[in-house]
Amino acid sequence: MTGYITLDHGAGGLASQKLIGSLFLKHLKNPILGRMEDGAVFDPGEGRTAFTTDSYVVDPIFFPGGTIGELAVNGTINDLAMCGAEPRALSLALIIEEGFGIAELERIIKAIADSADHAGVPVLTGDTKVVPRGKADKIFINTSGIGMVGDGIRMGADRIRAGDVLLLSGTLADHGITIMTSRAGLTVDGNLQSDTRPLHFLSRKILTEAPESIHAMRDPTRGGLGTVLAELATTTNLCMEVEEENIPMRGEVRAACELMGLDPLYLANEGKCVVIAAPEQAASVLGAMQATEAGRQAAIIGKVTEKYPGRVILHTVSGGKRLVEPLSGEPLPRIC
Amino acid sequence: MKYMDEFRDRRLVTTLARQIHGEAGRPVRIMEVCGTHTMAIFRHGIRAMLPEEIELVSGPGCPVCVTPSGVIDGFLDLARRPEIIITTFGDMLRVPGSGTGPGNSLAGARSEGADVRIVYSPMDALTLARQEPDREVVFIAVGFETTTPTIAATILAADELQVENFSVFPAVKTMGPPLKALMRDPEVRVDGLLCPGHVSIIAGADSFRFLAREYGLACAVAGFEPTDILLAITVLLRQIDSGTPTVDNCYGRAVTMEGNRKARQITEKVFTPVDSEWRGMGLIPKSGLGLRDQYKQFDITSRLNLTIPPSREPGGCRCGDILRSICSPPDCPLFGRACTPASPIGPCMVSSEGTCAAWHKYNNPEALT
Repeated sequence: MTGYITLDHGAGGLASQKLIGSLFLKHLKNPILGRMEDGAVFDPGEGRTAFTTDSYVVDPIFFPGGTIGELAVNGTINDLAMCGAEPRALSLALIIEEGFGIAELERIIKAIADSADHAGVPVLTGDTKVVPRGKADKIFINTSGIGMVGDGIRMGADRIRAGDVLLLSGTLADHGITIMTSRAGLTVDGNLQSDTRPLHFLSRKILTEAPESIHAMRDPTRGGLGTVLAELATTTNLCMEVEEENIPMRGEVRAACELMGLDPLYLANEGKCVVIAAPEQAASVLGAMQATEAGRQAAIIGKVTEKYPGRVILHTVSGGKRLVEPLSGEPLPRIC
Repeated sequence: MKYMDEFRDRRLVTTLARQIHGEAGRPVRIMEVCGTHTMAIFRHGIRAMLPEEIELVSGPGCPVCVTPSGVIDGFLDLARRPEIIITTFGDMLRVPGSGTGPGNSLAGARSEGADVRIVYSPMDALTLARQEPDREVVFIAVGFETTTPTIAATILAADELQVENFSVFPAVKTMGPPLKALMRDPEVRVDGLLCPGHVSIIAGADSFRFLAREYGLACAVAGFEPTDILLAITVLLRQIDSGTPTVDNCYGRAVTMEGNRKARQITEKVFTPVDSEWRGMGLIPKSGLGLRDQYKQFDITSRLNLTIPPSREPGGCRCGDILRSICSPPDCPLFGRACTPASPIGPCMVSSEGTCAAWHKYNNPEALT
């Protein structure tokens, strides 16, 4: 489709109907959404309900490895997965700037549909608003998600004990550095790509195989691994000790971080999780993670101790050690 | 990764650290004057590898930290003019001026409506000026010898392309004069200098020779990986112990004794030394660079006849003493209490390469003992 989004497309009249029919329903086809009711009525299945929401305002909206669309689906699914929930349904709300290209919008909707399909989580209800040019930056997306948590699953920072093992599901900082270099217009040799992907297949697998041993899960999105670990250390008043050497990272990501003076510990990830597991089951949890697509490069990166309560300690590649504080402010590239 | 992993090699690092432990005797103070060194030392946990006798202190080598608050006020004044687009390196964004309130930094001014954009090279600012011919694009020219040649090259390009809506706010500085001032300062006690690697690429290792000759200061040019820094410390210890101060180049893969003459020629073509104020150190003669007369049209301060307001340092802040290495961040009454990276008061906390920010982020000493 070609053309541009006008204020009419958000007015609820004929133009809105046409856009919904020719674009949203065409790609996001499922019987509940197709009924076009004011809300979705469905049976989410057994268990306790997990409910989450997130808004997506990434700039640029198209980047190597994905679009704002994949992020909007995977991000919300991952929030549910981190609660130990099976994601069941998503809502999708768009705020579009007048003048946004319909072809670009279709590309995003298609990305949303493909990600939802791949994840097996349908978009059951939605909304579209158009705001005058300059009142929003191209497109903003909000998704909410509902998931169900099985009976035997109990996760939370309160279950973390000294001796637990820290596992990371894959390479660090791919998304953050891709966005930063795209914004800077830098090209780096190799293949920088966002890692956006759903994590519920991985969480399902490890929670099925070792439900009792998984004490907590977190996805290090904004603020990165450093901030997530610092929060866990503060909440538990335990020490998170990490071996820098064991953190999986792609060579081109490391190079780009060095070049821009950015610490990968504070860059965003959109398809990675930290799993805190009981030490007895560490090997089998690692094996289960590695058996999934999202966790092929999973690694044990450290352990929980009582050494420096409330702190994160990084043992550096070269044998030194340092403190890891939570990120404050946005990461900024340096002068020289 | 090549040029990185081998310089972080744990066995090599351990060997060097052991050697330093073996050679350390009396207490020694070594100063690093480059913000990137400060960060590297913390990031790799180098302090924890050294014996107690060796104290590492930071000098005035972070360009953001040494820019006086009056100059920041000048940036803010410009940023608030609707016809102007301010372009800046990212780390200048959060540095507070001498005022109060949320608009007291370029980031704050941006929230209040100013057009402030981050660029990664001065050339990006020139490109922007050509894309926006109806606006005045001002590049905040902050940095040392390393950064200045690219700024000079951009001004030469602007001159050749006759871009009239591009200008710079000159606040660039050179490293030699403040080092000389430090050596003459009776309060400053330093035995050895970890010479800045990036500056040396341009200025040459030889540019520090006067410090060894005139002030008996042991000097070693160092790169930014753990082995680079540890090797330089070993070399400094030997110079200090044998009483033969000189300049050793421990960053041979990037630095020559002579430096990059071509880059210096470009700088000299456009810039000329001027007296410059340093935060915490006051006015240092010929320590800054101003535009030569034939390029004055690219100097926004002379084009608009701007006067730089006098600097006022925040009460209680000891950034000045920290930049002169006569105290450490924890000695400052504001450090970690009123002044944190989330709400910085002094410039050493604002810049990611500032000494206070590095201490706060990586090395809370109480946490690591």
